[in-house]
Amino acid sequence: MSARAFRRHLVSRLMTGVVVLFSFVAVLALVLILGNLLLKGATSINWDFFTKNPVPAGQTGGGVANAIVGTGIIVALAALIGVPIGVGAGMYLAEYGGGRFGFLVRFVADVLNGTPSIVIGIVGWTFIVRPTGHFSALAGSVSLAILMIPMLARTTEEMVRLVPNSLREAALALGYARWRTSLKVVARTALGGIVTGCLVGIARIAGETAPLLFTALGNLNFSLSVNHPMQTLSLQIYVYGTGPFEEWHRLAWASALVLMGLVLIISLAARWVTRQRYGSIR
Amino acid sequence: MTTLPIEPVSRPSQPRWQVLLGVDRSDRIYRQILTLFALALPALMLVLLGVLFVSALPALKRYGPSFLWTSTWDPVKDVYGAAPMVFGTLASSFLALLLAVPLALSVAIFLTEFSPRWLRQPVAFLVELLAAIPSVVYGVWGIFVLIPFLRSSVVPPLKSVLGWLPLFKGVFYGNSLLAGGIILAIMIVPYIAAVSREVLLAVPVSQREAALAMGATRWEAVRSAVLPYGRAGLIGAIILGLGRALGETMAVTMLIGNRHDIGVSLFAPAYTMAAAIANEFSEATTSLYLSALFEVGLILFVVTVVVNAIARWLIWRVARGTAVGSRAL
Repeated sequence: MSARAFRRHLVSRLMTGVVVLFSFVAVLALVLILGNLLLKGATSINWDFFTKNPVPAGQTGGGVANAIVGTGIIVALAALIGVPIGVGAGMYLAEYGGGRFGFLVRFVADVLNGTPSIVIGIVGWTFIVRPTGHFSALAGSVSLAILMIPMLARTTEEMVRLVPNSLREAALALGYARWRTSLKVVARTALGGIVTGCLVGIARIAGETAPLLFTALGNLNFSLSVNHPMQTLSLQIYVYGTGPFEEWHRLAWASALVLMGLVLIISLAARWVTRQRYGSIR
Repeated sequence: MTTLPIEPVSRPSQPRWQVLLGVDRSDRIYRQILTLFALALPALMLVLLGVLFVSALPALKRYGPSFLWTSTWDPVKDVYGAAPMVFGTLASSFLALLLAVPLALSVAIFLTEFSPRWLRQPVAFLVELLAAIPSVVYGVWGIFVLIPFLRSSVVPPLKSVLGWLPLFKGVFYGNSLLAGGIILAIMIVPYIAAVSREVLLAVPVSQREAALAMGATRWEAVRSAVLPYGRAGLIGAIILGLGRALGETMAVTMLIGNRHDIGVSLFAPAYTMAAAIANEFSEATTSLYLSALFEVGLILFVVTVVVNAIARWLIWRVARGTAVGSRAL
């Protein structure tokens, strides 16, 4: 082997090594974060954590039952608002989105996907909190729904586009109207993918904090009313993590672990749904 | 064979040719309903812009463009200038890009070019997981793990070797530009990696084969055939990451120190636009204060829209039409 060829192969090996090393570092960061979360979170979780409400600052004990329930309510309400609109827009993009308007909607969806969530939070505040005069879980849900819609529109479109055209043609050839074909054949075939998209969207908004700061606000007490401030795990983590008490830090780690577990379970469920439906395609 | 049993399937009020063409009234209604849903997105965009603009109007009128380069932010005297936050936002984002880009591109290149097949799925999954971690969780990790680590093992050696640089002068505050930048870097790695991976997957195999057939080593094939082909998309992916970094709120708010200062040192606390809104919005007592914060929001919104639009345009040039990166969300 000539010296030149030797050098070229050496560079190739070297760069491969660098790429592998950097990839390793990136994955290591994740392992570190998850490891810390498990270690510090798991030691702080006990039964009270899930069943009790927070105790006054400075005291030990207490839990985050209110935050867990609050997260469920706010996210469910957000999904209720966001899923129909997002999926509907996605169906439009897949079925009729070939023209100029479709292009515009697609572009806007992509751009909105990158909008800072805090900005959506202050818009939610302007629309609901300011006119009604009080913070509310509903305002939080609406903000999260706004965050969710562009995401769902794009994933739904992507999933529906995977449906083979021959299925659509077959249904039309049998005399089905287009809307029937679209709903009963196309959407039904893509259902698994659409559900996956929704679950991924829900997982993402479940961890959001910034849009809730000025809408749902947080609440130290147990509350089921969507017209009043409500606590979520994410808000709780923010308050406890930045607070001065040792006990709060413990609860922050535990809440972070629970929130992460929640997000993880939803994400895994999403993957599982896709696998059930598509097998090896995706 | 006699006539086919084609009977009008819909209302007889429609001419038969419309029925045969499949132009059904119910179809029109279906399409209109879907169009309505689709309209929600552009409408949302306009509403966001409108609300921010109207709420920011008092501050816009009062300060004009000088808002951007005035560095006094004094709620007591009701004087507002956003220069420190603009600086902090840009500085932390660029620091994050500096750290994240090599890592993220490595992950993408590794996954598409070098990785053994069995390793691809698990690594891709792990990186996707990184994107699923909520921002506050990064914040908590940053406060209790990253900052103590920086204080004990990163800052002292940095100071002893590079302490003469103004970048590394001064006392390490813990909550600082450095901590904020590092956490941002960790957070945007998965986005850049996921999009870059999809861009590299869109590079035709023939590109690689051609390079290898001409005697290129594996790295040379990547460098001379794969990366240039996907260049626009890769730049798009990086800009997308920049967009994320600019608007990221919680983790940065918890780590950057939240001080209205423009300092050269990475060890000093700083501020970002998103963090300022998160911290001060509920304390805004005067209408001008509130309006100034809305103007900060407006600037943030417009900047991220522009950044994202550029990124999407670049990515679409390589991987046309696909919702690249949407799966990483």
